[in-house]
Order: sequence, then C-alpha cells, then structure tokens
Amino acid sequence: MKKNMIVIATTITFVVIFVVAAVIYNNQKDKELSSASLKNIEHMQRDYSPMMGPPDAKVTIVEFFDPACGTCSAFYPFVKQLMEDNPGKVNLVLRYLPLHQNSDVIVSIFEAARLQNRFQETLERAYQTREAWIEHHVSRPEKLWGQLDGLGLDMEKLNEDLRSAEIAKRVKQDMLDAQQLNVTKTPGFFVNGKPLVNFGYQQLQQLVESEIANNY
Amino acid sequence: MTQDKMKTVNQQGWELIFICWLIAMAALFGSLFFSEVMGLKPCVLCWWQRIFIYPLAVLFLVGLFPQEQKMDRSVVRYTLPLAVIGLGFAIYHYLVYSGFIPESLQPCSKDLSCAEINLELMGFVTIPMLSIFAYSAIIVLLLIYRKRSYQ
Repeated sequence: MKKNMIVIATTITFVVIFVVAAVIYNNQKDKELSSASLKNIEHMQRDYSPMMGPPDAKVTIVEFFDPACGTCSAFYPFVKQLMEDNPGKVNLVLRYLPLHQNSDVIVSIFEAARLQNRFQETLERAYQTREAWIEHHVSRPEKLWGQLDGLGLDMEKLNEDLRSAEIAKRVKQDMLDAQQLNVTKTPGFFVNGKPLVNFGYQQLQQLVESEIANNY
Repeated sequence: MTQDKMKTVNQQGWELIFICWLIAMAALFGSLFFSEVMGLKPCVLCWWQRIFIYPLAVLFLVGLFPQEQKMDRSVVRYTLPLAVIGLGFAIYHYLVYSGFIPESLQPCSKDLSCAEINLELMGFVTIPMLSIFAYSAIIVLLLIYRKRSYQ
C-alpha cells in the first residue's frame, strides 16, 4: 500500500536528518571547544592548583572533578595508572567543580587537608567511602567527617581551615575557570590544554599518548 | 485498495492528518535534538509541552491507518484536547519568556529557569514560539479536518 511507504519513508527521513544533524553539530562543537580552550589557556591551571605526579613532566592532565561524581571516582585509578605506565612523563592537576549539592564543602575539606599535606590520602579515602557520605546525590560532609580516621589529620585544625576565605576563593575561582573553559560536566579532562572531546577511557589514553609522542 | 476508494480516503483528509503527524514528528525530533544533542536541559514548562506533543506523534500515526477503508473521524476527538492543552502551556511559557508573567509566579527551579532564553534561531525564533506554532497548526488542521468530515 502506498500510504505505508509514505509513512515509512517519512519516518526514516526524520531519523536520518536527526543523525546527520547530530554528527554535524558535534563536529562543529568539537572545533569550537578546541579553539575556546586554547584561547582560555590561562584558566587551565592556577598556581594554587593541587598537582600529583612529577612536577616537571611535560604532559599535564587537568581534571575538573566533583568528589560526589561516580564517573570521576571510576576514572581516578585509571588516571593514576596512566601516570604509572609513563613514569616521569605525566602529571595530574586537579580542579574543583562541585556540581552536586554540598560538594563545595567536600572539596573545601580536601583543600584544608592539603594544608596538612594529606590531600591525596583524603581524596582517596573520600572516593573509597563514597557510598557512606552521598545520599540521593547530595553530599553529606558530616558523614565524610566520620570516615577520615587514621589519616593523621588534625581534625580541629581541619574544621577551622575549611571555612577560610582563601579556600572559598579557590573553589570559586575553579568553578569560574570551568565556566570559561566550557566544562559543564565532570570529570572534565584537558591534556596539555587540549580538551577530551569524545569522552571515554580509551579516548583519554589516546590523547595522553599522542601528547607523550609530541613532547618526548 | 482500488483507485476509487483511495480517492475518497484522500478527500476525507488523510493528508491533513499526515501533515499533523509531520508537525508532531518534527516537534519530537526537534526537541530531542535540543536536549540530547545540544545539551539544552528542558525546563519544567518544556516538559509539560513535551508531555502533550509526544503522544500526538503516535496518535496521528494510528489515525493514518484507519481500520475500515475510510478515515477515522474520532482522530479529532482524541487528539484535539491534547493539542489545546499543549497550546495553553506553550502560550504560558511564551509569556514567561517575554516577561509578561514574572518568573517568580511560575514553577521552575532556580537553576533551570524557564525565562532564560537559551536559543534564538535566526535571531528571533525561540523554542516556545516553535511550540506555539506547532500546536496552533495542528489545531487549525484538525478543525479543518473535522469540518470536512462532517460535510
């Protein structure tokens, strides 16, 4: 019947237009993102930003993260592995993008722990105990507090520091930089200033490897 | 189907319902493009408009294949109410958008404002405008269809 054919052809046309438009749109967006991040290179890293790995490495991964974000937590060991696989060549700069409710307090705890040289330990403990302090996508800082035993933290000092104006300023600056760099989701990765456009483990690994090849 | 019967079906307005279906499909795919590809999160009022346009894409499709060899008049009965309610939300959204209704009076959460204009095609076509156009066109076509089928 002819009408069947009209309707089927129309449906297929809609789907094809949708897919083609999506591909074109994404390609254009990729180009824009790449040029935007090159223009905004000064937003990539601040002198206060916490760094892990060898400071003189020529490949720097910048990660905007939210400790309450499950994907950030899943990527963390992968990024560490990338650094281990390429000893001395890759380091990691962490930027705060606390999108979940109350996550700004969680990252302030990290910053306060950094003053006691316990940044990495605290971050890793927070990732390990995520389920204990996240309820319905809302961070519960007071519940993370109970998970921080045995890290050698001076809890009284931590409590004082995390309310400091300097820490609040850093968190705010990180969020502003994320906005400038068009990072709206976590984790947001850049490798030597180049954004990870197609998200995934493999894509990140390829971007890191191509930067290693360019710089070593 | 014989040529003759085909003709009567066409006279009864198959093409009107077909155009309605096209509009509903364009709205469906268009809105999904805005949210899923462009990443524009739909606000509360957008969701209400989606709720009333998505089923229309299915209902019109069903209406295009009547059980008997003649067009199903009750298409209008089942689709017109959805389109009218949807148009109501679209007009309301447009008024919020253009500032006639203050934002505080409507139910959007603070971080996802319905009054925020995040897309302007060719400088002036906004999403609520497209929505008003789609719903109005469907309503007009359905009214023409109803008039024709009762002649």
